[in-house]
Amino acid sequence: MSKLLDLQFLAGHAHYLLFIVLMMTGLFIVVDKTNLVKKIVGLNIFQVSVFMFYVSIGKVKGGTAPIFPMDDKYHVDTAAMAGQVYSNPLPHVLILTAIVVGIATTSLGLALIVRIRESFDTIDEEDILAIEQDMTREDNKKHGNAMGGLA
Amino acid sequence: MIYHHLILRVVTKVLVGTIVLFALYVQFHGDFSPGGGFQAGVIMAVAFIIYGIVFGLRNVKRVFPEWLVHKLLALGVLIYAGTGIYSMFMGYDFLDYDALSPAYPTIGQHWGLLIIEFGVGVTVTGVMVAIYYAFAGRPPSISNEDW
Amino acid sequence: MADTAQVVEHTARTLRDHLPVLQVLVPFVTAPLIVLLGSRRLAWPLAFIASAVALVISFIMLMEVREGGMLTYTMGGWAPPLGIEYRVDAANAFVLLLISLIGTVVLPFAYASFRDEIKSRDHTLMYACWMLCFTGLLGMVATGDAFNVFVFLEISSLSTYVLVAMGADRDRRALTAAYDYLIMGTIGATFFVIGLGMLYMATGTLNMADMADRIADQGMNRTVRSGFAFIMVGMGLKVAMFPLHLWLPKAYTFAPSAVTVFLSATATKAALYVMMRFTFSVYNPDFAFATNTLEIIFIPLAVIAMFSASFVAVFQTNFKRMLAYSSIAQVGYMLLGVALLTDTGLTAAILHMFNHGLTKGLLFMGVGAYVLRANGSFYTQIAGLGRKMPITTGAVVIGGLSLIGVPGTAGFISKWILVEAALERAPEHAMFLAIAVAIVLSSLLAVVYVWRAFEVLYLSEPDPNSTATEAPLMMLIPMWILAGGCIWFGFSTELLHDTAVQAANGLLQGSQGMLVIPDQGGAH
Repeated sequence: MSKLLDLQFLAGHAHYLLFIVLMMTGLFIVVDKTNLVKKIVGLNIFQVSVFMFYVSIGKVKGGTAPIFPMDDKYHVDTAAMAGQVYSNPLPHVLILTAIVVGIATTSLGLALIVRIRESFDTIDEEDILAIEQDMTREDNKKHGNAMGGLA
Repeated sequence: MIYHHLILRVVTKVLVGTIVLFALYVQFHGDFSPGGGFQAGVIMAVAFIIYGIVFGLRNVKRVFPEWLVHKLLALGVLIYAGTGIYSMFMGYDFLDYDALSPAYPTIGQHWGLLIIEFGVGVTVTGVMVAIYYAFAGRPPSISNEDW
Repeated sequence: MADTAQVVEHTARTLRDHLPVLQVLVPFVTAPLIVLLGSRRLAWPLAFIASAVALVISFIMLMEVREGGMLTYTMGGWAPPLGIEYRVDAANAFVLLLISLIGTVVLPFAYASFRDEIKSRDHTLMYACWMLCFTGLLGMVATGDAFNVFVFLEISSLSTYVLVAMGADRDRRALTAAYDYLIMGTIGATFFVIGLGMLYMATGTLNMADMADRIADQGMNRTVRSGFAFIMVGMGLKVAMFPLHLWLPKAYTFAPSAVTVFLSATATKAALYVMMRFTFSVYNPDFAFATNTLEIIFIPLAVIAMFSASFVAVFQTNFKRMLAYSSIAQVGYMLLGVALLTDTGLTAAILHMFNHGLTKGLLFMGVGAYVLRANGSFYTQIAGLGRKMPITTGAVVIGGLSLIGVPGTAGFISKWILVEAALERAPEHAMFLAIAVAIVLSSLLAVVYVWRAFEVLYLSEPDPNSTATEAPLMMLIPMWILAGGCIWFGFSTELLHDTAVQAANGLLQGSQGMLVIPDQGGAH
């Protein structure tokens, strides 16, 4: 660890580094873009980075797919199983659930964007903000004089 | 409109049946090989969506009307939960598939998995098609000439 | 895997054994049932029956675990830590009771409110969504499996986004409110999953009790620590912890009234429970970093939230928005209780969770009644309604007093215990004395914003053109049930206080570890 740049360490943890790069890319898009659809895209990238993270921690060195080998009578072939190493299937299953959640979130987000587009006539956050500020100003004009506050 | 995209239409007609068959294969072999309800449901939905894209929303809605989609996606969840409730009535824990065949628990597990995966498949098909209908059925706010 | 019959010992489960899962299952099954039947007339009764059953179940469970002990349930007969375990102890049962109580009481109100605010063709799906949200909140609290928490969290969040967006029938800003909430909520939930992934990497298990045992065995390392950070930030977003609260005011203001009632009284509380469970049961609070996080980060944030949110609330002109800001301040009190890290502090936090649920539920119901009768909740619109809607406003007054923490109301009890908890630690450091003073001072701010509302309601001249009349009975009964609760729990403190103490003890003891569960012949 005394070295300034431990290449072996970096190579061994490449998947974590990639996960962080993807995660930051996604978060940056969510924060930076004003287009609502692009925000959803960023959110997707962010979520996919987590999927990758989970899938990568399920990998066991030398492990194969965790499926029982079958003999010709469709019974589990215990002989073939001996000494076999399997990858950990649990993170994959968890991610299956998370992917479904991701799909639900994406489609709900897009559905909201469709509705926003219909009622605001724009999908750019800054335009929407301007419209909303106008609405707030109108509220203030109508109701704001109650004790001089702001809506 | 009818005469457009002849190749697409012919290929789609051939493909839709195959896709449905493949979906059923993935569905019912999911207990012992890669596959299962999620994947099968999505593949099944793809068959309807591709039909809708090529032949129009109105035609696919004649095959698979919107109310049916909504009922199906609720029904799938109930199949899943119903399996669990059945096992509860048999005196087992929720979703303990042993209850389906108390004398042969292995077979019970096998059946249980098939049934709940079927429920998952039905729901996922329903949800995917419902999402497609919801987005495709929205009247466009910009007319085609304005693009 | 032989084909011969296997002799399996199996003791049949009784209804009592099934309680923890039935709590979640009943509303869960109701949601698709409502969609399948597709009848607008049946949707509400079904939802109400399911909520009432859930309320009865949670009450029975609370009575069973009140003296200590816990109920466990193994999903599918798979023994934990491999299988999913539901584990209900005093802390869970208390939060479950709050959620199902609010769910049941709010539904009659929601019926009257939805009829006015939502297009009638959406009602069936609305109730299905409502049930899903209810399921998600109950499941989050009942489960003992860390990933299951995420799944239920997302079930409740996704349905919440839909429910909030339904406010678009009245004000189109509900759409952007729901969108903002969706983005922030998803980032929060994903942070939570990253934290879980790190915990899973370090411990190789997802069962919370097992996780706690293994973290205790192996001690701290950087993975576990960063997992803690991710989980706290993720849940902090859901709780609306001070700098992460931006989604809350807009979502509460523009959501349909009944949805706001339900969310304000339950959603942040369920997330706060998860936060407590992870801080105290999964991570041991004795770990220096956990203590430091809570004391150095949570206490200042909680105090800032108490003051800044109350301060902003004072200057609102919309009653609903004012209450939303007040919610952020109240979350500050709860977080403060958690961060004090003592028995008393945690008791105060848990009690305040319950009392604030009742109080805020009641106040937002009042807002719903005003929206129904006066078509809005701006102060100019509700001016003088105290004379036109005396019964509604009477309940609102009780809620307001409880929000301030006037003696004789539920809000007083929890704030009193919170001050007590802060004073308990005063000999250690003068800072805690200052905190106790801060609690009292911020309550004074609450007096200001609640007084403003009272002044508008009673002392302003009513709009001469207003046709407002008393709210319908469907709204008054739920309001007065909660108002009665606010007063009842202000005088009769034994039940709630004892349970909260028990819950706090259970949480502070940390994990009770993996229980040895007799083999049920289910796990192969």
